[in-house]
Amino acid sequence: MSGTGQDDTHRRIERVARESYGRLVAYLSAHTRDVASAEDAFSDALVKALTAWPRDGLPQNPEAWLLTTARHAIIDHVRHQQVVLASEPTLMLLREGQEEMALSVEFPDERLKLLFVCAHPAIDPAMHTPLMLQTVLGLDAARIAGAFLVSPKTMGQRLVRAKTKIRDGGIQFEVPPESELPQRLDAVLEAIYAAFGIGWDDMVGADQRGRDLTEEAIWLARVLLQLMPREAEVRGLLALMLHCEARRTARRGQDGRYVPLSEQDPKLWSLPLIEEAEGHLAEAFKNGRFGRFQLEAAIQSVHAERARSGRIEWEAIVRFYEQLIRISPTLGTQAGYAAAVAEAKGPEAGLAVLDGIDLKAVSGYQPYWAVRGHLLQRLGRTPEAKDAYDRAIGLTEDPAVKEFLLQRRG
Amino acid sequence: MQFALLIYESPEAFATRKNDKIDSYTGAWRAYYKALVEAGIFVGGDPLEVPETGTTVRLTEGRRRVQDGPYADTKEQLGGFTILELPSLDAALDWAARCPAASYGAVEVRPLTPELRRRITE
Repeated sequence: MSGTGQDDTHRRIERVARESYGRLVAYLSAHTRDVASAEDAFSDALVKALTAWPRDGLPQNPEAWLLTTARHAIIDHVRHQQVVLASEPTLMLLREGQEEMALSVEFPDERLKLLFVCAHPAIDPAMHTPLMLQTVLGLDAARIAGAFLVSPKTMGQRLVRAKTKIRDGGIQFEVPPESELPQRLDAVLEAIYAAFGIGWDDMVGADQRGRDLTEEAIWLARVLLQLMPREAEVRGLLALMLHCEARRTARRGQDGRYVPLSEQDPKLWSLPLIEEAEGHLAEAFKNGRFGRFQLEAAIQSVHAERARSGRIEWEAIVRFYEQLIRISPTLGTQAGYAAAVAEAKGPEAGLAVLDGIDLKAVSGYQPYWAVRGHLLQRLGRTPEAKDAYDRAIGLTEDPAVKEFLLQRRG
Repeated sequence: MQFALLIYESPEAFATRKNDKIDSYTGAWRAYYKALVEAGIFVGGDPLEVPETGTTVRLTEGRRRVQDGPYADTKEQLGGFTILELPSLDAALDWAARCPAASYGAVEVRPLTPELRRRITE
């Protein structure tokens, strides 16, 4: 086989691996509850594919080939471990239907169950996102560790611990019953949103955690939407992320400097992404089940409207924030509300909102101090403004945002 | 527990210290210092003079060896240190990421060792 042919095969393997990872790991672990061994088995199968496929040519159904091979790896592994009786049903399940599975294109998509397992209340909330990124998308621990600012070794250990808990802790691979669904779904949406990491970009506040993972977060939301097409909040989350993603290039000047949302050039926004976001939001609203992510997406939608109208309807934004505060009074929501009120009713009204927030809660919260500095400056209270800006700068990680705030501070 | 943030800086970063006016170097550091104090986690710390002012001493076979400058000949040199009181390494890494040197140099986070200090000081 020629070198190019081999490269092609390798690229095909990579693509199949990326697309199949979550489906196969979910399918295998839904039977065994053992995510770690499902991942190992999938890796084994990939290694075998790297030898077999360039030699024998691509199988007709690469995913089924990987599934069969991974299943053998699990069976071998289980045999080696001299399994206890309790695992026998697992073994049976893995053996049964093996033949027809190899030929059939379809096997049940268990990724939804896997997503709910990853965001299960028995799992440390801080691990929900890393678990999803690893088990559904196949990201390695080092990549995840970088985004979450812990050492790769630590992240690896935490992932192992969480998977052990899934295996041994009696966590069921199931879609929660209707009565628990809203809460359980919230945890899944939260975890996806945490991967996206841009909590709030009205001004200069940005949650730094996980910010390298925006594409992965959007991918996860698309998977979730495919699995739960009727859930309005899933569409709301996807719409929110697409709106933010549409502004990616506009967020930085040509010299790399930070450009806040209200000063961005709408011509740099991605129209297709905005349209897609608007489509999802409209579809979500039809559903009638209102929620936090739809409201946040609606706020972003008002900002996006500036591309057409040339102005920002701050009154509309204030109204959405008022609803949002009722259902999700987070620090980010309150800081965003204060900024919107300041635009709609003047800096003093905005400052009054900020003064209503518990000072202890905001000591480490950068957006609060950035907004506060901005409003005090507009009121001409320069020394206080400089103080607040200093707090914001000291809490900022992004060098471009830091530089922007230093210049505003003066 | 206490962590040391060891600040490593390039020759260019050391050079920008000479500017007297309130530039972004000192501005960013002052803001960072203020945030540490306001958060109630600042234990101590100081910037160090430029590496060329250092002198390294060691005894080799009982004889004093003195060398101009720092020992390691790497591009980035120790430029200062900060000691913080924090609940966990995760929190320390968060503060290290906000440190101005994280974007123009490097910040190493190291836990202090109170156990060894106790053996030495008691």
